[in-house]
Amino acid sequence: MEEKATTAEPKEKKTHDKQEVVIEIKHLKKSFGNKDVLKDINLVVHRGENVVVLGKSGQGKSVTIQCIVGMLTPDDGTLKVFGEEVPGLKEKELKELRIKIGFLFQSGALYDSMTVRENLEFPLTRVLKIKDQAEIDKRVEEVLEGVGLADAIDKMPSDLSGGMRKRAGLARTLIIKPEIMLYDEPTTGLDPITSREISELILNMQKKYKTTSIIITHDMECARITADRVVVMNDGEYIEEGSFDGLQKSKNKIVQSFFKDIS
Amino acid sequence: MAEEITIPGWKKWLEDIGEQVSFFIRFFKNIFAGGFEWSEFVRQCYEIGYRSMTLVGITSFIMGVVLILQLRPTLVSFGAASMLPKTLSVSFIREIGPVIIAIICAGKIASSIGAELGSMKVTEQLDAMDVSGANPLQYLVVTRILATTVMVPILSVIGDAIGLFGGFLALNLRDHINISLYATKVISSLDYTDFLPAFIKTIFFGLAIGFVGCYKGFHSSKGTESVGLAANSAVVTASLWIFVIDAIAVQITSILFYK
Ligand SMILES: Nc1ncnc2c1ncn2[C@@H]1O[C@H](COP(=O)(O)OP(=O)(O)OP(=O)(O)O)[C@@H](O)[C@H]1O
Ligand SMILES: [Mg+2]
Repeated sequence: MEEKATTAEPKEKKTHDKQEVVIEIKHLKKSFGNKDVLKDINLVVHRGENVVVLGKSGQGKSVTIQCIVGMLTPDDGTLKVFGEEVPGLKEKELKELRIKIGFLFQSGALYDSMTVRENLEFPLTRVLKIKDQAEIDKRVEEVLEGVGLADAIDKMPSDLSGGMRKRAGLARTLIIKPEIMLYDEPTTGLDPITSREISELILNMQKKYKTTSIIITHDMECARITADRVVVMNDGEYIEEGSFDGLQKSKNKIVQSFFKDIS
Repeated sequence: MAEEITIPGWKKWLEDIGEQVSFFIRFFKNIFAGGFEWSEFVRQCYEIGYRSMTLVGITSFIMGVVLILQLRPTLVSFGAASMLPKTLSVSFIREIGPVIIAIICAGKIASSIGAELGSMKVTEQLDAMDVSGANPLQYLVVTRILATTVMVPILSVIGDAIGLFGGFLALNLRDHINISLYATKVISSLDYTDFLPAFIKTIFFGLAIGFVGCYKGFHSSKGTESVGLAANSAVVTASLWIFVIDAIAVQITSILFYK
């Protein structure tokens, strides 16, 4: 398993080794009732890296990233973000950490009583506490331009298509310029062309804002475009990791099943 | 979940009480946490107050009319028809107005808050707000609870006035009494011991309505059907609270004022 990662993309590996560790997860466990969802999760994410997590539905991918932002408390194991143990954080510290993390929800989670503009202004005024309206307008327009939604600025979320909603959700998380982005299935439910656009957007955002990202997806095209490294999750564990091309040659049946459609 | 079903009912109930208390404490702390959401508060006051006005007005008017028509035969048989304004105003101001109006508000406001926040929960908007580092309690809960706490008493006062006016019109179906005589009779039959306790209790009614609506919405589970459940149980629980508060209030008031 391990040598695969090194043989596949030595150049990537070298740069990341030197780089700062942003997220460090060791032996993470989480169960709901008597259902063990996460059994032994180990993952290290370096600054500026895009890590794609593949896994079947209901494997606990969303649960993992929900633990990272402190929405869920893990039962056991270590979970460090910027070197700080997340489950031990006080309310105030957790809030400060959350400001550095962008979380794109599977559903987009736009505030449906507000227009797109108000959705984007919300984190600026409530989280960053920016008072200057000119500054707010500037940032809203800039980020909407970036995701290609400039003309939908005054629409209500209910008037947007699924793809537009994803973009608006993405814009709302990007607007506070997070250092870490957690994407929960950014392309699920979208047509191939829009999926591709969103994937490229994720890649561009990584370049532009130098964000570190974890991208959860079933969409192999999205994984191929965005991934510096791919992790495959099964039955509460990460069973294999490596570059996209590296994993494509994997002997593991479960890993193969993800790649069989595209090769 | 399988394991949750085996938890005994009383234990869940206690847990729920604990949750409610901690939710209330967090609400209370957030009022003074700084950065009060004035514009959202004003918007909620408008939504809650203005939109419920018609309903409250119509209900109060009808109650005023009906009460006069119901009371009249009894009082006339005692030869006490002139007592009608006094009887109506005391019963309306002390009890019927506040309770009926609060129940109407529970039906309209608690359910809509429960449904709104419940659907925000289901669609992960509450989580999104929380995870972004914003404070959903401050933006959504504090504003709504304070808005009901302010607006329900105001609605009650307006409803009381409309109810008494309805009584005046009903009285004029049989007897002829001019408005200034009626007003004099009403005012002279009331003093602060009628008005003040009633007003104070409507503040608590408002608090209960807002709190229950927000609590049910925030703690609804994640399925779509839970939005309906949140709205429904918000109405039921808020109505129950109104009667409980009313029962407590009448005890306190009789000790203090009625002897
Ligand atoms: N808050 C929760 N309470 C109870 N069970 C939960 C909770 N969140 C997730 N689960 C359970 O954990 C398991 C994994 O859920 P999760 O949402 O992480 O799956 P996923 O890998 O993201 O799947 P999908 O690709 O469908 O989104 C599921 O069986 C789910 O029922
Ligand atoms: Mg998921």
